[in-house]
Amino acid sequence: MLLTLAGTCPPLEDIEVNHRKQSWLFILMTLLLAAAVTGCNKKKEAPPVPTPPPPAKPATATISVSPTSIQKGESATLTWSTENARTMTLQGQPVAASGSQTVSPSQSTDYKLVAQGDAGTPDAGANARLTVSEPPPPPPPPTRSATDDELFAQGVHDIYFDYDKYDLRSEAQSTLTQAAQAISQHPDWAIMIEGNCDERGSTEYNIGLGTNRATTAKDFLVKAGVNPGQIQTRSNGKEKAADCKDEACWQKDRNDHLSLRH
Amino acid sequence: MLKTPKPVFALLLLLVFAFMSASAQDWVHTGTNRGAPIKLAVPDFKAASGDPQTAPLNTVFNQTLWNDLDNSGVFEMVSKSFYPLQMPGTPGELKVETWGNAPVDAAMVAFGNLGVANGKVNVQGWLFDAKNAGAPQILGKQYQENATPDYARLIAHKFADEIIFRLGGGIPGIAETKLYFISSRSGHKEVWSMDYDGQGQHQLSHLNSFALSPRVSPDNSRVAFSGMTADSWQIMMYSVELGRMVSFPRFRGDNFSPAWSSDGTKFSFSSSMRDGDADIYMTDASGGGLKRMTATKGPDVSPVFNPKTNGQIAWVSGGGRTRLPQIYIMDADGSNVQQITNQEGYAVSPSWSPNGMLLAFAWFRKYGPGAPGAQDIYIMDIASRQFVQLTHDSRRNDFPSWSPDGRHIVFQSNRTGTDQIWTMLADGTHQQQITRDGKNSQPNWGFK
Repeated sequence: MLLTLAGTCPPLEDIEVNHRKQSWLFILMTLLLAAAVTGCNKKKEAPPVPTPPPPAKPATATISVSPTSIQKGESATLTWSTENARTMTLQGQPVAASGSQTVSPSQSTDYKLVAQGDAGTPDAGANARLTVSEPPPPPPPPTRSATDDELFAQGVHDIYFDYDKYDLRSEAQSTLTQAAQAISQHPDWAIMIEGNCDERGSTEYNIGLGTNRATTAKDFLVKAGVNPGQIQTRSNGKEKAADCKDEACWQKDRNDHLSLRH
Repeated sequence: MLKTPKPVFALLLLLVFAFMSASAQDWVHTGTNRGAPIKLAVPDFKAASGDPQTAPLNTVFNQTLWNDLDNSGVFEMVSKSFYPLQMPGTPGELKVETWGNAPVDAAMVAFGNLGVANGKVNVQGWLFDAKNAGAPQILGKQYQENATPDYARLIAHKFADEIIFRLGGGIPGIAETKLYFISSRSGHKEVWSMDYDGQGQHQLSHLNSFALSPRVSPDNSRVAFSGMTADSWQIMMYSVELGRMVSFPRFRGDNFSPAWSSDGTKFSFSSSMRDGDADIYMTDASGGGLKRMTATKGPDVSPVFNPKTNGQIAWVSGGGRTRLPQIYIMDADGSNVQQITNQEGYAVSPSWSPNGMLLAFAWFRKYGPGAPGAQDIYIMDIASRQFVQLTHDSRRNDFPSWSPDGRHIVFQSNRTGTDQIWTMLADGTHQQQITRDGKNSQPNWGFK
């Protein structure tokens, strides 16, 4: 992307377009415009005597960025140059008359270069746009396919405990028996069991109760044939419990949460 | 057989009750180092300089000194409304009789002056016996520190502790002690510290997960706590001196609820390292020389050493042993296990009084699904198993921790709607809330 603006003379392309119009009116206008362009281009008149100081040259500014589009986290190089400028700013910050700079914005950015020339001459400005796109999602981890998560979700479920107890209810034993089959078929699975307590009771005692809840499930799975090296346990105590008002809510929080470690 | 006349029987019954309540008060007062309160007058210290910092620093100083003495449990503070209009700033300005006679009728008067010069605050303080006009001076102290509110508070704490030491049976006061606690106000449960009166609260740990159960070492140099990691709870160690975490051994399983012996040589905590069942373990102060203390089924947590002897440990055992958690005591070699609470309800969070006589604990006496009731703080005389209820509100009070002078207990209560830190005298009086930002819990009283 390269944009150049010099002074305020109309761009030549527009004038040429106007030339193609054959109406006399347009011809007249073209002549007038050509006269203006001529004046603007400062075709030499007869040298005046004595010689006045040469009129100040208008500033020019050029900026480009390479490459013009990057992914988030990558960087690009801004290169700019100016002529006849007294002060130069890039994004409002003073810069040298010409130079380059490495940028790594997190979103698409328009870089604006402004060059101010001598008093009485117009400012020159130039823009360069850097497009930033989100990086593509990382490839799924090679060790674990989505199928594992699906199989785990089908075969392994959380279990629930009675109030202040850590021994397994009969339905929890059925749930863990099914879980043991699923886990045994996948010796590469690493399982996390987190023992949770409801928000009643005391913080420290509930860490111990959650530890025992997690261990009870681990011991059951190991007896059912699961390799103990596949299972990590940890108590959450009541640290992850909701602020409950009734037994249905408390019951949800008295659990072992089983998950597949990635 | 002679029938006892009814009025005599009633009188006997009355006498028995009177004796029982008197003896209950006796053990509470003895166990918590409370004598008869001393009537103390503390007129505001006189401003002794024209420096513009004088007035604000004097206000901070006077408030802090009054609170410390009022909190101490040693004094009955004589209301300022009885004081003479002329405030004494030096002994020459004090008429002892005016303070010893009615209406002030103080036994003691503490007074002095505060001035600021060259960026330093200077305080002169005296303690006079108002009943001994002949030789009234008990104490005269002088302090100089940088002229900041923190130092004005520190000087007030130091002077208060001098007075408390002289008049409170030679037991050092606690006005200069710190409290350690858990606060979630940063968005995570972290270890925080503050002065005993709630001033100067600041965050110590930056775990960004869950920190629980801070316990400061007897030399105040380190705070042990439980921290949640990705796969377990581990004992973590924060150095107060270095201002950063220092290492402590990792053990398998969940490791939590740490405790120090009062001589700083032994350390105890709950761990599931051996068989997944939470049991009490003991190590030396650096985590070496591991010994298992309990091996019963069910959670065994919250060990605490008898600070008088370090020869006993109280802890909480539940599940397999008794179902609902109860408080037990054993010798420090694991022998001589005794259940201390009577199997009623849910009893947790023991804290052993500095003189070894009393246990403070949290007790949900009517615990059960749907059962009404509250969890309150109790203290128990270990020798007699007598207990007294200290909190009486309908919410959850937990984690009592004794002050080093044995006169105070800090605890957590949700009586205002959220868990906050409260302090009280160890007989349950003078309860006051000292935290208000966020949720605050599990206070632990530092050492002098």
